[in-house]
Amino acid sequence: MQNRRGGQIQWSQPQIYPLGDSGIVLQFSRVYNTEVQQRIQACCAYLDQLQVLGLLEYVPAYTTLTLYYNPWLMSEEGRLDPYVRMTEIAQAMLAQAQTPQPKIAPTLVEIPVCYGGKLGPDLEEVARHAGLSEAEVVQLHCEPEYVVAMVGFAPGFPYLAGLNEQIATPRKSQPRTLVPAGSVGIAGQQTGVYSIPTPGGWQLIGRTPRRLFRPRQENPSLLRAGNQVRFVPITAAEFEQQNKHES
Amino acid sequence: MSLSILSPGLLTTIQDLGRIGYQKEGIIVSGAMDALALRVANLLVGNQENEAGLEVTLLGPKIRFDEDQLMALTGANLAPAINGQPIKMNRPIFVRQGSVLQFAPQGSGCRTYMALAGGLTVPTVLGSRSTYLQAGIGGRQGRALKTGDVIPCPGPPALAKQLWLKRFVASPAKAWVQAAWTPSPELYQGPQPDPRIRAVAGPEYSLFSNAGQQDFWAQEYTVTLASNRMGYRLRGDGAVLTLMQPEEMLSSAVTFGTVQVPPEGNPIVLLADHQTTGGYPRIAQVVTADFSLLAQVPPGGKIRFQEVSLAEAQRLYCQQELNIRQLQQSLQLKLTG
Repeated sequence: MQNRRGGQIQWSQPQIYPLGDSGIVLQFSRVYNTEVQQRIQACCAYLDQLQVLGLLEYVPAYTTLTLYYNPWLMSEEGRLDPYVRMTEIAQAMLAQAQTPQPKIAPTLVEIPVCYGGKLGPDLEEVARHAGLSEAEVVQLHCEPEYVVAMVGFAPGFPYLAGLNEQIATPRKSQPRTLVPAGSVGIAGQQTGVYSIPTPGGWQLIGRTPRRLFRPRQENPSLLRAGNQVRFVPITAAEFEQQNKHES
Repeated sequence: MSLSILSPGLLTTIQDLGRIGYQKEGIIVSGAMDALALRVANLLVGNQENEAGLEVTLLGPKIRFDEDQLMALTGANLAPAINGQPIKMNRPIFVRQGSVLQFAPQGSGCRTYMALAGGLTVPTVLGSRSTYLQAGIGGRQGRALKTGDVIPCPGPPALAKQLWLKRFVASPAKAWVQAAWTPSPELYQGPQPDPRIRAVAGPEYSLFSNAGQQDFWAQEYTVTLASNRMGYRLRGDGAVLTLMQPEEMLSSAVTFGTVQVPPEGNPIVLLADHQTTGGYPRIAQVVTADFSLLAQVPPGGKIRFQEVSLAEAQRLYCQQELNIRQLQQSLQLKLTG
């Protein structure tokens, strides 16, 4: 990443701390923003290329990146201090991820959504809370290009950043015992898509026929952190047709 | 070769050591709750540690061996018996075709593991055979076993079978024969009642007051009935835990053994089916070497946490791996000799 004069941006050093005996956390910031997001993405891209015996996997979140490792393998069977070694690997990663990277355009994924009615039972409540019409809520929800801040909670579930504040709505006071897969929801400043049937408390405004969790595919999650998402409204008839096609 | 499930028990699932590498996509690890017990069971029958086995919970299933099998049971002692005769835990047992294994509701611990020589023939999903109930993948069609399931399995290798069959010459009518030896308790101890669980301070430990921190280490916690493969909800015998100042956190990674404290103040300790990320303060993280003890505490069981340093936690981890290697080496001699 470069600044306008072509020099390297000096990032502030993240806080590094352990998560038990097999995890190490890099905390880049206390608040979420695009810069933090891009820096975490750069680290993930680096880790995808890296092969170190004993380094198991990583989990990006809003402002943190957590790496899991096997202390026995990382310590070369007890000969080295595994946490010290992981800290060195993390620091090498931070140094590498600061160097200019070839610019890759983020993937934009379009998600068709049938808003309201039976498929979006809380659209009315969101509209009432915002003091807008249902059509206005749909329009505001479709406008932005959202960024996938993290994937978590359930397989393939994207937490999307970029929701218009006007339609931010608190979670339901009583979570539903079962939210159907594909449900598009709002929780405070976040929006997201339920990827599998699960209990949940988000306000449901619509449903997509697209499958966000595809366990038979090599990349089972349709979306990854850093992807961009745009919602495209479709009719109930289009939903039915596409839903049949996807299943 | 196959196993027939005559009755499924409370919750019997197929598990290996879990689905590693997909947490960045929100896909949980799953796998055996007591991974150490599954690893030992596999080693006892000459398998790779990561082979899939059965995880049996509290009330055991009834299983018929459709062909001759070499098997081992580890973890909770749920009074296993073959054709009504009690068998021992933690040793290889050769079982003749048509024999029926069942359990009784008693004993110590919460989960029994059954490994079969050669493993179980179920497809891998994302690199693992573990059942992930919530997403309905892995194991037997992504679900717990039920009556009538027939699980294909390759059966013991021919050489092992020959060696074991020789032992039936003296008593041809016997349905099973078990090894006279078992792993030394220094290498594998199995479930303990009311265990002391060692843990290191978690990332948000300092958000709790000194008194709160001390309360956490001092209390005796009961594993409540609202506990499952995802986590144990604990109830202490002292004060509930509160933050010095309420804080709305951004979600971050959580893992097996993470102790979270939701606003109502009773800790939750996450287990094999833990979600990948969470937003409650993480007061502590259980050391990996004590996962086995933790996973064997039944609902109603009691635990206490004991603080150790990170260096000590990692030393315990490496010691446990060393024990597994030792066990593997000594078993290799016994199984081929």
